[in-house]
Amino acid sequence: MMDSIAAKNGHTCIDWGQNIRKYGTIYAFLLLVMFNILFTRNFASMGTLWNLTIQVLPTMLTSLGMVLVISSGGIDISVGSVMAISAVTSGLVLTGKTPLLGTDTGMAVLAALVVALVLGLFNGVLVACFKIQPIIVTLILYIAGRGIAQLMNNGGTIVFYGNTFTEIGLYRVGGLVPVQLFVSILFVWIIAFLLKKTTFGYYVQGIGENGKAARLSGIRTAQVLISVYVISALLAGMAGLFECSRASCADPNAIGQLAEMDAIAAVAIGGTSMNGGKARIMGTIFGALIIQLISIMVNMNNIPFAYSRIFKAAIIILAVYLQREKRR
Amino acid sequence: MKKKNLFYAFCKKHGVVFALLALILAAALLFPEFASYGNVTNILNQNSMIGIISLGMTFVILTGGIDLSVGSLAALSSVLAAVLSPKGSLAIMILVPLAVCTAMGLLSGLIIAKLQIAPFIATLGMMMAARGIALVMTDGGVSVSVDTGVAETFRLFARSYLLRVPAPVWLFVLLLVTGLYIARRTRSGRYVYAVGGNEEAARMMGLQPEKIKIAVYTVNGLLAGLAGLILASRLGAGQPVTCDGWEMTAIAATAIGGTLLSGGRGGLGGTAIGVFIIGVISNMINLQGSLSSWWQSIITGLLLLFVVMLQSHARANGTGSTEIAG
Repeated sequence: MMDSIAAKNGHTCIDWGQNIRKYGTIYAFLLLVMFNILFTRNFASMGTLWNLTIQVLPTMLTSLGMVLVISSGGIDISVGSVMAISAVTSGLVLTGKTPLLGTDTGMAVLAALVVALVLGLFNGVLVACFKIQPIIVTLILYIAGRGIAQLMNNGGTIVFYGNTFTEIGLYRVGGLVPVQLFVSILFVWIIAFLLKKTTFGYYVQGIGENGKAARLSGIRTAQVLISVYVISALLAGMAGLFECSRASCADPNAIGQLAEMDAIAAVAIGGTSMNGGKARIMGTIFGALIIQLISIMVNMNNIPFAYSRIFKAAIIILAVYLQREKRR
Repeated sequence: MKKKNLFYAFCKKHGVVFALLALILAAALLFPEFASYGNVTNILNQNSMIGIISLGMTFVILTGGIDLSVGSLAALSSVLAAVLSPKGSLAIMILVPLAVCTAMGLLSGLIIAKLQIAPFIATLGMMMAARGIALVMTDGGVSVSVDTGVAETFRLFARSYLLRVPAPVWLFVLLLVTGLYIARRTRSGRYVYAVGGNEEAARMMGLQPEKIKIAVYTVNGLLAGLAGLILASRLGAGQPVTCDGWEMTAIAATAIGGTLLSGGRGGLGGTAIGVFIIGVISNMINLQGSLSSWWQSIITGLLLLFVVMLQSHARANGTGSTEIAG
């Protein structure tokens, strides 16, 4: 309709429906920021900016993995448990509870990521080779993973102070910019590159659009799917490291609680369809920012924290509704 | 060869029943106190709440959907009952939470069916919102006791016995039988299967998938509210932070019971058995004493893995469905 009017009049006319579907998440984020600058005291300060940044990074990493998984037509609800397991792994190495590996920071990071990789392989192989529904596969790891994380240190929190690991976690470049930001930007760039510039990215989205067609056209769907779940788990492992390096402790009960829900919400707000297909990286990042911004906004205005959940719920539903692809 | 296939098919169809029987047998042999009246009543009583929620969840999953909000709704219902208890009227304490939860279930259903938002997202929103409301009503998570004026009578809801079996268990059995009847013998029950099996085909046959979806989420909300009331009655309090993860347990029980998460296949009988498989495992870990409670999640996860691997194996062998009709 809009197109035909635009064509008739001979000049371009902005299709607002299209526009909102494409950039809606960014508009929503900007609106929220404006609202806060106007109504929230002390919002427009550097402190708030870096606070928002450092708090959003773990969610951003997990949702980056999640956007890959969801665009391949799957879902990964195990990311919170993977975060906890890798955080506890790094804690065990750092406190010398794994004598074989030493207490080196590099080794702690490596061990945590290797564990995450194995968990990702578990998810990927079950989804791709055994053709079990992603939600069940990752539900298994969601349930069992939390128990494994607790078992690894008998349910206790591992505290580690004064080592290179926490120093890196708390280090701020130029006294301001948290070092995690650079790592995250690197990951955003890698995932965006993978999705937009490589055949792998097109395969992922192709499988999400139509798995059978993708397989029939010669794509090795199993390999692609396994990679997707491994990447998601690795990013979750990294997010777990972010959280525990900043807190100087690894709490198997608390780390990554509801992280999967935040990540899925970020992807959904970002405009990626839950049925798979086109992955929206920018949308996902702004989705993660919106979720974190709501928490901060509620905090800074002295509204009870519980309200942030109600706001989040309303915003998720609204965002997904506005951006949904018209069926039929 | 043929005989072997028949045996295989039989095992596959009733595998979960055998699994539960084997578990019960093992538990009875390992722990003498397992088969005592107190312990058995305890298992039945504790699992009746998850059981009631899982029945609703099974219907939702049969339509190809999922409902993450049930744990939060149950918590909200228990809080509402406790908060309303100073009014001194049992009817208000019971009817208002049920009405609120039903309304929120209806809202989920409307969002899914009319706005065409993926069930995972819609109910994720409802999960956050319901938990948020429960927290707001209790100043951020403080447990609210049921007012002493009605506490005694309200306790009877969960603690009265008929033939030495507690009321929540009877309620669960009643709902299970009703559910089985609806699923197998009524038109709407068969429509649920039809919608989950192939929504487009169901639409072309003249069914209205939207109506059926709205109905299953509404019923699920009501059942979650009921489970929350039982909990409040057992605890004598409303706890906003409780019931965390009930939705996942219910989904796991449904999956262990042989219902496919893609919808259209499975049934309530399997789910009820799935609930008690998880319940007996948890009880065994309690009785064993030295194993820490986190083993329960690991073992539940492994069991779920085992069941879905079997289902996957069955599919690969081309032996068709793992259907338990109804």
